[in-house]
Amino acid sequence: MTVVLNQSFTGISIGAVLLLIALGLTLTFGQMGVINMAHGEFIMAGAYTTYVLQKSISSAGASLLVALPLAFLVAGAMGALLEWLLIRRLYTRPLDTLLVTWGVSLMLQQLARDVFGAPNVQTAAPDLLTGNISAGGVTFANNRLFILGLALLCVLGLTLVLRFTPLGRRIRAVVQNRDLAEVSGIATGQVDRITFFIGSGLAGVAGVALTLVGPIGPTMGTNYIVDAFLVVVVGGIGQLKGAVITAFALGVLQSVLEYSTTVSVAKVGVLVAIVAFLQWRPQGLYTLRTRSLA
Amino acid sequence: MLELSNVRAGYDHSPVLHGVSVSVPKDGVAAVLGHNGAGKSTLLRTAMGLLKPKSGTVLLDGEDITRLAPHQRVSRGMAYVPQGQQSFPHLTTAENLQLVADGRPDGKEAIAEALDLFPVLRELSGRRAGLLSGGQRQQLAVARALVTRPRLLLLDEPTEGIQPSVVAEIEETILALARRGGLSVLLVEQHVGFAMRAAQRYYVLEAGRVTSTGAGGAESEQAVREALSV
Repeated sequence: MTVVLNQSFTGISIGAVLLLIALGLTLTFGQMGVINMAHGEFIMAGAYTTYVLQKSISSAGASLLVALPLAFLVAGAMGALLEWLLIRRLYTRPLDTLLVTWGVSLMLQQLARDVFGAPNVQTAAPDLLTGNISAGGVTFANNRLFILGLALLCVLGLTLVLRFTPLGRRIRAVVQNRDLAEVSGIATGQVDRITFFIGSGLAGVAGVALTLVGPIGPTMGTNYIVDAFLVVVVGGIGQLKGAVITAFALGVLQSVLEYSTTVSVAKVGVLVAIVAFLQWRPQGLYTLRTRSLA
Repeated sequence: MLELSNVRAGYDHSPVLHGVSVSVPKDGVAAVLGHNGAGKSTLLRTAMGLLKPKSGTVLLDGEDITRLAPHQRVSRGMAYVPQGQQSFPHLTTAENLQLVADGRPDGKEAIAEALDLFPVLRELSGRRAGLLSGGQRQQLAVARALVTRPRLLLLDEPTEGIQPSVVAEIEETILALARRGGLSVLLVEQHVGFAMRAAQRYYVLEAGRVTSTGAGGAESEQAVREALSV
């Protein structure tokens, strides 16, 4: 029983990272139908931001606290720039967008190699996050608890912005009926760019979180991008609620299967479960039915 | 007010409008009539900028707006109520209106004025627009357009597919607005009687061309009916 609980907690913390990455993807995929293969490199950008900061601020705690907002801004700015330079010109050509952003992804990886070197680097975790808390036989690693809290905070923040601010109203309006939003006076192109900024920024935050549990390298983003897309598709495109449930479910399933089998078999098991689920609900857990302007 | 000159527009390889010229008088109503598929909605979509014309120009108060995006036309005083009672279905009635009022210093009063015209919307403020009836959704659509305080309102079959009890209410509101002054209307309609009562000028559109035009008013109704029956 304790084993299952321990594995579940590990799964939940994996799910938390997936969730941070998938939040941004589901926003941009849901609003613009864009499959952004470079999303993983925004994770990397967030992680290297933490690394650079720690070199200049020696205190691990302080640099982590500064890294969170800064990584959001750095990755967000990269996303907005990508949208402005390339993606907005390709909205009617989703397959081209996929290829172009994949190319951008490779270029960004190479850029990271040139600047930071090919080998992985590491940051030191603050003392506060290196220990464990034990309760009822279950061990909670502090760094994983922190990541879980961070993910939930981001979900809460995003939900509040979407539900209660003028910007959130505009984003929801564009998702539901883009043409009607445009003729209602909303600069939809500008809303797209801001959405891209927020979505990419959240990937940057995910990158900061990943520095607490693993090494930083040029290809770290690619390890997560496929899983994050699975979360988006299973949860229902553009659905925060769906992304939250799916991210945690996939994380727990993965880590429980991993314990009883091997990593590869667990991966296969998760994929089979997803395929079976999508046969039953091709549209994902939740859907948003939209009407477009005829 | 609004001047479309020799506009050719359509979709990919199927042209719909073959050189249409329509003009909306200042503070007046111009009605566009025609059968299904004549190009009435395409004309409004082109006027609003959802569709870019292949050739021809769109002038608003003398300014060439042919290349402007729809939201830029809204900020110049245009508003558009598309066909089919469209709304943002997952936003509440109140959010549908607030969305348009956001960022406008006069937003609060504009919403209050629009709600005065359609009081039923006050009782529905917390309900999602997707759950409203067709008539209520259309009232919301007109109200949403009015919150931007337009000088020019484009209406695409505002009473089509709506229960008769609400049709009269919407028609009366449109007539009252047009007569209040300060608002020009480009009205696409199937109901000849209502259109001619409202309009100072009418255009009959057939297969993408204006085949008949003249002064509005009830006395022109017969001429329009004949033009349409050909």
